[in-house]
Amino acid sequence: AAASVGILDVDLCGPSIPRMLRVCRPEVHQCEAGWVPVYTDQQQNLALMSIGFLLEDPDEAVVWRGPKKTALIGQFVRDVAWGELDILLVDTPPGTSDEHLAVVENLRKHKIDGAVLVTTPQAVSTGDVRREITFCKKTGVQILGLIENMSGFVCPHCSECSNIFSKGGGEELAKLTGSEFLGSVPLDPLLTHSLEEGSNFLQAFPESATFSAINNIAQKLLLHMKDG
Amino acid sequence: ISESSGNLRYHNYTMKSLDCPGTSSEQAGKTSACQGCPNQSLCASGAAKAPDPAIEEIKVKLATVKHKIVVLSGKGGVGKSTFSANLAHALASDASTEVALLDVDICGPSVPKIMGVEGEQVHQSGSGWSPVYVEDNLAVMSIGFLLGSPDDAVIWRGPKKNGMIKQFLRDVDWGELDYLIVDTPPGTSDEHLSVVQYLSAARIDGAVIITTPQEVSLQDVRKEIRFCQKVNLPVIGVVENMSGFECPKCKNTSQIFPPTTGGAERMCEELGLPLLGKVPLDPRIGKNCDEGKSFLSEVPDSAAALAYQGIVKSKCDLRAACTKTHHATSLVG
Repeated sequence: AAASVGILDVDLCGPSIPRMLRVCRPEVHQCEAGWVPVYTDQQQNLALMSIGFLLEDPDEAVVWRGPKKTALIGQFVRDVAWGELDILLVDTPPGTSDEHLAVVENLRKHKIDGAVLVTTPQAVSTGDVRREITFCKKTGVQILGLIENMSGFVCPHCSECSNIFSKGGGEELAKLTGSEFLGSVPLDPLLTHSLEEGSNFLQAFPESATFSAINNIAQKLLLHMKDG
Repeated sequence: ISESSGNLRYHNYTMKSLDCPGTSSEQAGKTSACQGCPNQSLCASGAAKAPDPAIEEIKVKLATVKHKIVVLSGKGGVGKSTFSANLAHALASDASTEVALLDVDICGPSVPKIMGVEGEQVHQSGSGWSPVYVEDNLAVMSIGFLLGSPDDAVIWRGPKKNGMIKQFLRDVDWGELDYLIVDTPPGTSDEHLSVVQYLSAARIDGAVIITTPQEVSLQDVRKEIRFCQKVNLPVIGVVENMSGFECPKCKNTSQIFPPTTGGAERMCEELGLPLLGKVPLDPRIGKNCDEGKSFLSEVPDSAAALAYQGIVKSKCDLRAACTKTHHATSLVG
């Protein structure tokens, strides 16, 4: 049976998820239980809440300091009527600051299964992700694992593999910090194109190496959550 | 400079509970919107209203800095720090030009590594903190130098980050500079407001905005441009990074981050902004960043290096134009 999933997008300055799921301009309604999230599919298996839905003008800048961001994230956690969900995913902006503290503080009482950390392969990226790992350790968030994104590019014309953002840094970082390495996802123009249009990449390209990579990671995480 | 986001719409209601009246307003701390805001008592006491004396102090301190450029993007991971570093190297390639790079990405300070000075220490003297010198004419400051270990996380809320940025601008002994480049984290939040606020008397020449070609990136970058408009920060121009990848084997170009809505070129046309240039993906850029080397020095004949050089030149031309028209209108359409 399909799992019911919610995504909470707490990147208040740069909310990207609505476009990636092709739900750009819906209205957010209120029911007795709170704000109704936006469903991306007929069957209502995937729900989303993002500040993107609340802006009059989609190009409007959200120029907020920390306290205001913290307040809205608190509202998102308290007031969205998610209903019965198997999984709530929270997408965050880069950093170890107000948004991240707000998420942890507000979700703590509801139990956080853990965090998935995404890096790209190069040292400049893993250098920052090391600090994110420390954030998780300090705030008591279990690290479910690390993903190395943008891990190599296979030329669609000649199949030559280029490591545009280097390679292997994610796996090294996982080893260095004692975290599980969940897998690598390659750079794939078909994936980035799908995200542009908000189309379902996994449905459109089930034979692709990228699909396998993402699927394998998802399966590992599902196992974690069964065990946890 | 107050926070704003227009109105949040919520099924015909405005989100009144989040309409901050602004920390310098008469109503600061006193409206219903202020209930529950962690800053409420500070605002109500009037302490937030008085202009911060640091703003004048910074103006005095930076009187010896001829040009200040802020590198911004709405989106993370588009190459701001990479661009900032390459810009710094390009400007400093003329030994008579004094350049400094200030990294205000407090949570993710990449600049020390990219500039090859990771692990260096900052010293304090009577005239302030000394920045770290990469070359005789190229200085760097970052919170990275103040952290003891590469694992240290800076888990700070906005006010503490703002305090650090104030110190960087007021207490670093930059000396005489031709260019101060400020590298920022993605977003339109504390760091960005603080840089603009603390430099409000010292005056910023303008902002260079970095994007990648795809709409997912541009939609955030448009917000950054709105931010610049809101705070009267002139936009020098836009750089499109990661603009295509030429396969080293078959030489075909792939648009890994596809410009499905026309890329930065169309956005710049629509907004009346200069497109400073497009930099292609090149694995050697990331490699040199990781090794702390100057990509422009290591691979000067690459398409990417030539693109960077073109951007630096056009930026200098535009900056000169920008300086002349600064008091007239903002460059943003």
